[in-house]
Amino acid sequence: MKSQGDYHRIRIHAGNVTHWDSTLLVFLERFRKFSREKHVQVDFEGLPEGADRLLKLASATSRKETGDREEELSLLNRIGHEALKWYRAAGEIIDFIGRATLAFVNLFRGRAQMRRSDLLGVIQECGVNALPIVSLISILVGLIFAFVGAVQLRMFGAQIFVADLVALAMAREMAAMMTGIIMAGRTGAAFAAQLGTMQVNEEIDAFRTFGISPMEFLVLPRMLALMLMMPFLYFYSLFLGILGGAIVGTWMLDLPWVQYSHQTQMAITLTDVSIGLVKSAIFGVLVALSGCLRGMQCGRSASAVGLATTSAVVTGIVWIIVADSIVTVITSMLGI
Amino acid sequence: MEAAELKGRQESHITVVDLEMAYGSFVIQRDLNFSIGRGEIFVIMGGSGCGKSTLLKHLIGLMEPSRGRVFYGDVSFWEIESRDRDAIMRRSGILYQSGALWSSMTLEENVALPLMEYSDLRGSDIRDLVSLKLALVGLGGFEQFYPSEVSGGMRKRAALARAIALDPEILFFDEPSAGLDPVSARMLDDLILELRDSLGATVVVVTHELPSIFAIGDKAVFLDSDTKTMTALGNPHHLLKESSDRKVLKFLTRGEYDSKKTDGL
Repeated sequence: MKSQGDYHRIRIHAGNVTHWDSTLLVFLERFRKFSREKHVQVDFEGLPEGADRLLKLASATSRKETGDREEELSLLNRIGHEALKWYRAAGEIIDFIGRATLAFVNLFRGRAQMRRSDLLGVIQECGVNALPIVSLISILVGLIFAFVGAVQLRMFGAQIFVADLVALAMAREMAAMMTGIIMAGRTGAAFAAQLGTMQVNEEIDAFRTFGISPMEFLVLPRMLALMLMMPFLYFYSLFLGILGGAIVGTWMLDLPWVQYSHQTQMAITLTDVSIGLVKSAIFGVLVALSGCLRGMQCGRSASAVGLATTSAVVTGIVWIIVADSIVTVITSMLGI
Repeated sequence: MEAAELKGRQESHITVVDLEMAYGSFVIQRDLNFSIGRGEIFVIMGGSGCGKSTLLKHLIGLMEPSRGRVFYGDVSFWEIESRDRDAIMRRSGILYQSGALWSSMTLEENVALPLMEYSDLRGSDIRDLVSLKLALVGLGGFEQFYPSEVSGGMRKRAALARAIALDPEILFFDEPSAGLDPVSARMLDDLILELRDSLGATVVVVTHELPSIFAIGDKAVFLDSDTKTMTALGNPHHLLKESSDRKVLKFLTRGEYDSKKTDGL
């Protein structure tokens, strides 16, 4: 094609083509375009009939101008867009918290559109049904703490203080945090998936157009159930965590059972348990909030439900850790 | 002029004035003006992606117009408190494209929920009423089934039973025959006509199914995605005979109009 001045017309004989597929069409189309740019006319001869027709069909419908989907943005521009996105997301979260609060206000005024059977269903789901996994994790966390402590404390002959370590760690931090994280992965994800799927199926729209508030009918029982169940789960987890520590204490460290339990009773005070209890209640609210928020924000496709679920778990765990640090800093500043 | 306009609004059930719909800055349709009479079956038609379902969302309170107004009688729908909007919507029934039955409830509970929320009826009365509504749509005996346990056509009919639970004055249908076989689609059309005649309800249908449009439509509006506005308004049969718009005729003749014209050339 270098000396294009010499060529004005190219004729392609394709009479011998017997087998062809779409790549032939792409090649011919590309060739034709290239020739047009070089002002050379191209004739195809003897193309298989099907190929000829498809070629005509493809060139008959012109490309629609759909605009640029993804604009190339400068770095500064992109930072600005991200910042705006964060700003809007924060606004949505505050809006959601506000509407959830209003739903609670309606609940206390006895006017919430909530069915008791829904509440009981969710309570069973995030209470009783969560017991096996909470049991397993709590006992194991107790065991782990006892092992870690035992290795160090045995060097000083202070193995009895394993009881203190386990009891304090479980009461102040681990029982609340582990149940919180388990609930974020288990129940928060379930909430987001349920509400997200309902969003996809227009079920939430259907509630809205019937004048039934999705906040009261769907979100309220879920938040309420989790807020009620988390403190119970905390106590359960605390008990089993201490039991896990006691298993290590009595079997590995040969501490008498009575002594271990006495030491545990000496170690934890009501303050420790109260702090853990408050934390667990806060975590319950946060997990329910993140699950319901992401579910209600869900887009209208199957992949959006997956994203909402992931986001609910991530948000839930991040909020739990952040809230836990804040409470821990506050309590240590207050010296309790 | 003003007085005449007001009188017109009172007589018609829904009046749309200079409506503009947009997602952010992207305008889908503008300058929509039409009215829907009481007891009329009004069809919103047009090609895919022209904004039919979006228009429906504006009529049922799920999306706020970027400009213009929607009147229910002489009440400007988007300028009143959301609580009053809910009250208007309580007098309407909506059949969503996918049915949108609440999947965690049985068909009976689905139909019963609006009744439990908004009526003072006793439990046994509600149960009988639900059975009646389900029987009306040919689903008697399926009360205890969950939506996932029945077929797509049955889900749609159950959703219709839910939509008519509160004896609505106006019924909205979003693509009622989507995903149904021709016979079921025809049955649904007959059911819509029957409900209009017996309940005296106004019916708004979003569809692109030609047989339905001609069978049930008293009046139709055509939304054009290229010009981004309505290009025809009137009885579908009349439009077929009288419209001068090429795209409307092409739509109503399933593309025949265009090929006839090119044949002639």
